[in-house]
Amino acid sequence: MALSASHLKVGDSHSETVVENLPRTQIVQYAGASGDYNPIHTDEIYTTQSAGYPSVFAHGMLTMGLTGKMLTNYVGDGRLTKFGVRFTNQVWPGDTLVSTATVTAIGDGLVSLDVVTTNQDGKEVVRGSAEARIDP
Amino acid sequence: MGTITFPVEASHIMMFARAVGDTNPVYHDAQAAKKTEVGGIIAPPTFGQAVAQFDPDYHLRPKPGQKWFGSGKTASGVDKAPSAGGLHAEQHFEYHRPLRPGDVLSVEIKPGKTWEKESKRAGKLMFRERIAEYRDQTGALVLTARSVGVTTERPVDQG
Repeated sequence: MALSASHLKVGDSHSETVVENLPRTQIVQYAGASGDYNPIHTDEIYTTQSAGYPSVFAHGMLTMGLTGKMLTNYVGDGRLTKFGVRFTNQVWPGDTLVSTATVTAIGDGLVSLDVVTTNQDGKEVVRGSAEARIDP
Repeated sequence: MGTITFPVEASHIMMFARAVGDTNPVYHDAQAAKKTEVGGIIAPPTFGQAVAQFDPDYHLRPKPGQKWFGSGKTASGVDKAPSAGGLHAEQHFEYHRPLRPGDVLSVEIKPGKTWEKESKRAGKLMFRERIAEYRDQTGALVLTARSVGVTTERPVDQG
């Protein structure tokens, strides 16, 4: 499962569709699992009438979790050493997200990755980097 | 900010993995997980954030007997709804070893830097950093998390 240095080169990439047509219910599911019950993620009335947003939107950490699924599918279980992102745009119900990891460096038993997740309009919602242990 | 005790449990890991749509058996099937390189169930990479469940004072969870700012009879349950509220700007994890069911973690959360920035889309932005160190029963550091939260002057313009 794990990546091997002998089969990797800088510029290699891996992409996955990590969610299609994001349902509000999945956002509710994430609120329950993570414990973050901020109503801007699940309470349409509060969010539109009090907080001033057009609709509820996903937790940044849900988008990071979806992005992490692509990463662990790529680098293998328990191989990540670092994973960090900036949340660059909000993710809305109905969004379809594609996450991509691109190899930026290989060495010392580690691979460095550039990580980006974009929505159906090609707009970046998360950008960051990761590092994982690889086999020789 | 204090120290939080975070017991890592298999059912919690399963529910968290479901919420991010991750069907990898290593997060829910003990038999299948045994045959993998990690030798048993582990938590997905962003699971550490679920420490919020174990923070008795966590402000984004309704508590009995206290007013909640989400909707009830009216759009907000408090007279003056919090401004545009806080948003998550950045999150960074460093993994020292995977989290596993049975771990009882001590999570120490410390404030980090704060700074301000002006933005066209949301007015004045106030950033604040928090560092969380997750240690296991032996005192070994298993996870380090750095988060940056931002409070905006007004809701983020969608233009």
